[in-house]
Amino acid sequence: MAPTPRRGARTTLPWPALVLAIIAVAFFALPLLGLLWRAPWSNAWSYLTAHDSLVALRLSLWCSLWATVLSLLFGVPLAWLLARVEFAGRSVVRALCLLSMVLPPVVGGVALFFALGRRGLVGQWLDRWFDIRLPFTTAGVVVAQTFVAMPFLVITVEAALRQHDVRIDEAAGTLGASRWYTFRRVTLPAVRPAVVAGAVLAWARALGEFGATITFAGNFPGTTQTLPLAVYLALDTNPEQAIVLALVLIAVSFAVLLGLRDRWWGGARARRVDATRWWS
Amino acid sequence: MLHAEVGVQRGSLALDVALDVAAGERVAVLGPNGAGKSTLLRAIAGLLPIDRGVIAIDSVVVDRPPDEFVAPERRNVGVVFQQYLLFDHLSVLENVAFGPRARGVKKADARRGAAEWLERLGLSSYADERPAALSGGQAQRVALARALALSPSLLLLDEPLAALDAGTRDLVRRDLRSHLSDFTGATVLVTHDPVDAFALAQRVIVVEDGHVVQAGTLDEVAAHPRSRYVADLVGVNLVAGDVRSGVLTTPAGARIVIADAADGPALAVIRPHSVVLARSTTTPSGVTSARNLWHLTVVDIDRMDPTGSRVRLRLDGELALAAEITVGALDALSLAPGDRVEASVKATDIEVVPS
Repeated sequence: MAPTPRRGARTTLPWPALVLAIIAVAFFALPLLGLLWRAPWSNAWSYLTAHDSLVALRLSLWCSLWATVLSLLFGVPLAWLLARVEFAGRSVVRALCLLSMVLPPVVGGVALFFALGRRGLVGQWLDRWFDIRLPFTTAGVVVAQTFVAMPFLVITVEAALRQHDVRIDEAAGTLGASRWYTFRRVTLPAVRPAVVAGAVLAWARALGEFGATITFAGNFPGTTQTLPLAVYLALDTNPEQAIVLALVLIAVSFAVLLGLRDRWWGGARARRVDATRWWS
Repeated sequence: MLHAEVGVQRGSLALDVALDVAAGERVAVLGPNGAGKSTLLRAIAGLLPIDRGVIAIDSVVVDRPPDEFVAPERRNVGVVFQQYLLFDHLSVLENVAFGPRARGVKKADARRGAAEWLERLGLSSYADERPAALSGGQAQRVALARALALSPSLLLLDEPLAALDAGTRDLVRRDLRSHLSDFTGATVLVTHDPVDAFALAQRVIVVEDGHVVQAGTLDEVAAHPRSRYVADLVGVNLVAGDVRSGVLTTPAGARIVIADAADGPALAVIRPHSVVLARSTTTPSGVTSARNLWHLTVVDIDRMDPTGSRVRLRLDGELALAAEITVGALDALSLAPGDRVEASVKATDIEVVPS
């Protein structure tokens, strides 16, 4: 057998595994190349700046940012509850809160409809008492996006809170810090990278949301037609525009994943007091 | 000052320890891992509610089951944790200012106070550093400054030297000793090392399996260990003196030849089982490899437990020394209190700790 050149540990993958891995990479790369191949580059700018594209883009950004804000507002306390408070049925509650990650979004949208729709479990009272109607409104889009996006923030922050040393919080307590002060000044800053990573993931998920949105909020240009919905619709009427809008979504998502690579994929960076260093 | 009767049930550990510490007094809680020392400290700090008993700080009850309990943030207690537990995301100055800030002191005032503490502990040049950039000894001093910045009436230290390597430990211990002697409140420190207890505390309580097995000054406890366990733990001879070219001289004038140590004040650690005894009257002293030979008098003989094979002799003369020999050796020498003995120790068997 011919000697293989030594080029470090990366080349030591056995070749059948290497071939399969390369096929996997191609599997993910090819659809993107397909879009790029068919993209109408000469008209790209005009498609992008067309009125309905801009409306959908603006609505998408607006709704996904609101969904992110709501995810942060409710998701961080939820992650705290799941990570720190021991109570009966905690694993059931966790499974329930993360369900929408694995649920087909359309199913989520239908479920939201029967909960918050005008004849829904809670929706009928929202309608009757507060005159609030969520389905087929921009607020409904935000609700649908929050429903599918928040779990991404929750699992990220919960994992970080579990890794966070509770004794650090105890130390803050012995220094006169109340629970709330400790949370704001010690715990939250310590898990901030995870909060940022979770928020960005949730935002990216909200931006790409399709199924729950179209089921719960419908597809009305200007009020509920977000970018993914516009792409789907344009496939019938104007495939070239669909490709351009799809590329915009891909570019945004890709940029987010690249930006997160250290925080999210790099794992936790535990810091300890280095006791082995020389005293000086 | 502290009055504590701590009863805690934690799994298989039943902790029942009573402890009184006056202002300005330093007490070491000495015991092996798992004896309940840290649990005791956590209970006093308020991180663990007690099941029985009472804890009072400055005559104010902070914990008395079932209804009285004051949260840690409202007890006037400073804690230095074993791993220091500094806030990594804050600068050294902000770490020290944290306590006053949490208690509502204005930012500028808190920072000024913290800067003064850093100055006192010789850390001013590290004020803007992150804790991660500090050495172990520096981190310990920051943890101490952070705990002292609130001027607590009680200071708790959990194994303050355990996280340091051996070379660093001696220097940090000396440093800590001088800072603790400046502190006017009550101090409780937990340690498993009798050298730390001797250097840092005036009084020691020995805890085993959640119970106090002996209490007193370290000299008393070391001279009369009431059990095999205490003898092993604290029954080492700690002889303070001054080192000059390889010889440690005690204030009483006894000379101890040591293998190698820097000049200056130091503590010689002589383990009782490395002391060799001979009868002065019957055995002529030949030349041996032992560099130290003292003529001492047997004060008492202590069979620590009736079934044990070892006995402990307390010797006095130019040097007070505890020696440990087997029952067989005692019989062969037929020693009794009042007898003169030659005690010898090899210089290489003596550990020297700068103090």
